[in-house]
Amino acid sequence: MEYSTEQDWEIVIGLEIHTQLATQSKIFSGASTQYGAEPNTQACAVDLGLPGVLPVLNEEAVSMAIKFGLAIDAEIAPYSVFARKNYFYPDLPKGYQISQMDLPIVGKGHLDIDVDGVTKRVGITRAHLEEDAGKSLHEDFHGLTGIDLNRAGTPLLEIVSEPDMRSAKEAVAYMRKIHELVRYLGISDGNMQEGSFRCDANVSVRPKGQQEFGTRTEIKNINSFRFIEKAINFEVERHIEIIEGGGRIVQETRLYDADKDQTRSMRSKEEANDYRYFPDPDLLPVLIDSELLASIKANLPELPTAKKQRFKDQYLLDDESATILTSSRDLADYFETVVAKSGAEAKLCANWVTGEVIAALNKNGIEITEAPISPDRLGGLLLRINDNTISGKIAKQVFETMWQEPGGADEIIASKGLQQITDTGAIEAIIDQIIADNPDQVAQYRSGKDKVFSFFVGQAMKQTQGKASPAEVNKMLKAKLQ
Amino acid sequence: MSIFQLSITELAQGLRDGEFSSVELTKNYLERIKQHPELNCFVTLTEDHALSAANLADQRLANGTAEILTGIPIAQKDIFCTLGVKTTCGSKMLDNFIAPYNATVVEKLNASGAVMLGKLNMDEFAMGSSNENSYYGPVKNPWNTQTVPGGSSGGSAAAVAARLIVATTGTDTGGSIRQPAAFCGITGLKPTYGRVSRYGMIAYASSLDQGGPMARSAEDAAILLQSMAGFDPKDSTSANTPVPDYRADLNKPLDGLKIGLPKEFFTADLNSDIAATLEKAINEFTKLGATITDVSMPNLQMAIPAYYIIAPAECSANLSRFDGVRYGYRCANPANLADLYTRSRGEAFGTEVKRRILIGTYALSAGYYDAYYLKAQKVRRLISDDFKKALAEVDVLMGPVTPSTAFDLNEKSNDPIQMYLSDIYTIAINLAGVPAMSIPAGFVDNMPVGLQIIGNFFAEDRLLNIAHQFQQVTDWHQRTPKGFE
Repeated sequence: MEYSTEQDWEIVIGLEIHTQLATQSKIFSGASTQYGAEPNTQACAVDLGLPGVLPVLNEEAVSMAIKFGLAIDAEIAPYSVFARKNYFYPDLPKGYQISQMDLPIVGKGHLDIDVDGVTKRVGITRAHLEEDAGKSLHEDFHGLTGIDLNRAGTPLLEIVSEPDMRSAKEAVAYMRKIHELVRYLGISDGNMQEGSFRCDANVSVRPKGQQEFGTRTEIKNINSFRFIEKAINFEVERHIEIIEGGGRIVQETRLYDADKDQTRSMRSKEEANDYRYFPDPDLLPVLIDSELLASIKANLPELPTAKKQRFKDQYLLDDESATILTSSRDLADYFETVVAKSGAEAKLCANWVTGEVIAALNKNGIEITEAPISPDRLGGLLLRINDNTISGKIAKQVFETMWQEPGGADEIIASKGLQQITDTGAIEAIIDQIIADNPDQVAQYRSGKDKVFSFFVGQAMKQTQGKASPAEVNKMLKAKLQ
Repeated sequence: MSIFQLSITELAQGLRDGEFSSVELTKNYLERIKQHPELNCFVTLTEDHALSAANLADQRLANGTAEILTGIPIAQKDIFCTLGVKTTCGSKMLDNFIAPYNATVVEKLNASGAVMLGKLNMDEFAMGSSNENSYYGPVKNPWNTQTVPGGSSGGSAAAVAARLIVATTGTDTGGSIRQPAAFCGITGLKPTYGRVSRYGMIAYASSLDQGGPMARSAEDAAILLQSMAGFDPKDSTSANTPVPDYRADLNKPLDGLKIGLPKEFFTADLNSDIAATLEKAINEFTKLGATITDVSMPNLQMAIPAYYIIAPAECSANLSRFDGVRYGYRCANPANLADLYTRSRGEAFGTEVKRRILIGTYALSAGYYDAYYLKAQKVRRLISDDFKKALAEVDVLMGPVTPSTAFDLNEKSNDPIQMYLSDIYTIAINLAGVPAMSIPAGFVDNMPVGLQIIGNFFAEDRLLNIAHQFQQVTDWHQRTPKGFE
């Protein structure tokens, strides 16, 4: 039912992404930002908001924000200001959050996303630095709320997009692209389960062709790509249903309930806080000169788009392989190490990494950095395919062994006797025997049934336990069956 | 002469000559403080801490590592956090608060070997001009115990005036060092904003707050400031400029000194007896070789309205952390979160603190921000420009500290506007950020009158030199209230 009407509506989405910056210490104190410590063991006097203490800006957080700004072609503000955002909440120790309002560090930029083979440019309004709040723990205490301030003061970069996305799919693609980018830049671990990367979505709909935006609702604090898509789709349907039923959308903040797959109202615009932003008098304006910018620019890592193009040019990879291999910096680095180590054709390495390696990672639910086969070891294996020591098929057996056990490819090949039979005399004898044993098939082949050829190859590989070089077997069979 | 009349230099000499030990000196002062509870200068006496610090000081004196302040009894305004010692800020809110750290000022004075005898009474969260806003009751002016000592550093000023302590720290957001110094006839210096670290100094209005010394003479103030001043990496707004030797130029002659008198300071609002007293004092400077010129600072009249937007705006955020959640006062049996907040804050903050939080919250609210806060910031810039212009023409500005001498207890406590106007000559200096001193300049009806000397940014050494030269030819700063000789 929705689909018949959705065609008449245009969906408008803007995202606010909060990404935790991977600094060693907090944005305004020296306390550690390590995740998972005992509650309140990583909160110093500044994080606790004790009387008289003062914030001191962590320069590393500034550098990271600049890196992000440069990566999205944004203007980096030469002069930006921290402001206090005032509201009361038990996990907000000072009664205000130090954030940026009028003068954010990163100005207008943009990012290109690919959806269904079409490239689209999404505008980024701004990105600003702020401190995270602590956590309120309601579950663990009967009738009480526990406050853990370990997270209080963790640096966040809030990245605000323009309302440029027109489908949940585009929103997911944008969120993924930002996620990939911050990890590439090494400014965030992007760990969504730990809350290092989370998103608020502003959603509205309008009749196709209408210029002004519809009334929007904001879905708060979504920390998965799957949920953002579901939450937006739910919200879009809700909006259309209300409007088509003659109702009006109420501007409000909503929460997505993943269990019920629906959003529910959190607070209306009228209940919204007046945050009473004003410049924080405890902190000086952040001044960024061209020298600092130049030095950060010079040390920027290769970005995903550039890397993908380079992979296509340098390794002659197709678009799909290049896309997969550059989807994370770790995977790209893995691939390049394999190529260097094996000396094999890049295409072969790409097939192995995008095929066997990724399949094994997915099966085990682990990341490339946790792969039990290091790129050096895999390179050692592919080296042996390349020099014809083993066939691709045998290599897969060796790969499985390597995944389970330590040891280099050469050791495993040697200990299991998996070397290819390079003695052509031995292969010839086996092939002669096969031809002698199967006169019917020989006759069929000779009468023009080419398909039967694979039967002979299969027999030869079977009798050599796969150790014969397939190329050699092919060549010899072709000659003998003439 | 009584040891209670000795200056820091004289005491340091006595300690070195073995006339008395720091422990003896400390015990004498502790005894004297206890003899004068009627002044209500101290919120907390730190006897044990003081005696062990005095012991340490005596060891340093014996082994030759002592500095000028080593062994000298001082006291801290109760706005400076002290490790292991209650820091109340004059509020019920912090009646139970013990900081796990020292303010940088405390750390520095401790390191110099100064012996802290206790924490001094003050207006709650430094908001007030009479010391009547303290949860611990008002401080009395030793010159006349029916009158106020001024505020917010009232305990600091009264204790020095009554010779209960050699020197003290104070803080000045709109006049809180200079006004009580004037009312109590002592010497107080508000340094350039950023000269003294604000770390561990409980914030009232962060862009205006500045700690400084309160003492009997400019020389003692110079010694104290020497120890307090300096860049602090823990305070982003502290100035990373070298600290000069504040005693080096004390004896420099004042020949050629150019003094400017802002005509806006000498209007009908100023009590005529005070005006006459100041005129005589300023005349002393001409005898010392200074020249006097009139200057105009047309925007000074807007200082009080601008201040009463900016300071409350900042305080409304600064005091949000006092929410009953982590430390400080918490109401009994809160029904829910809102109840916890409203009753904890409602029960623990005093009237003036609440008033300023409300004013500040209002001034920052959506729809009012531009009209109030932004406008006040523009006015602040104009006032600051007035000072820059004037101080480009003259070396220092002089004027009154207060429009009257100390007023009676309860005289203005129900009239906030009248109370605010008592800071009319001091507030603009905080908005500009420049340093200023109040020095004893005479008496009207047996009550002390202060002369204000305002200098350029980081010209504390010049101010101290001028004040010291004046104190070489006058003895107003030596006068002691009756019963405290």
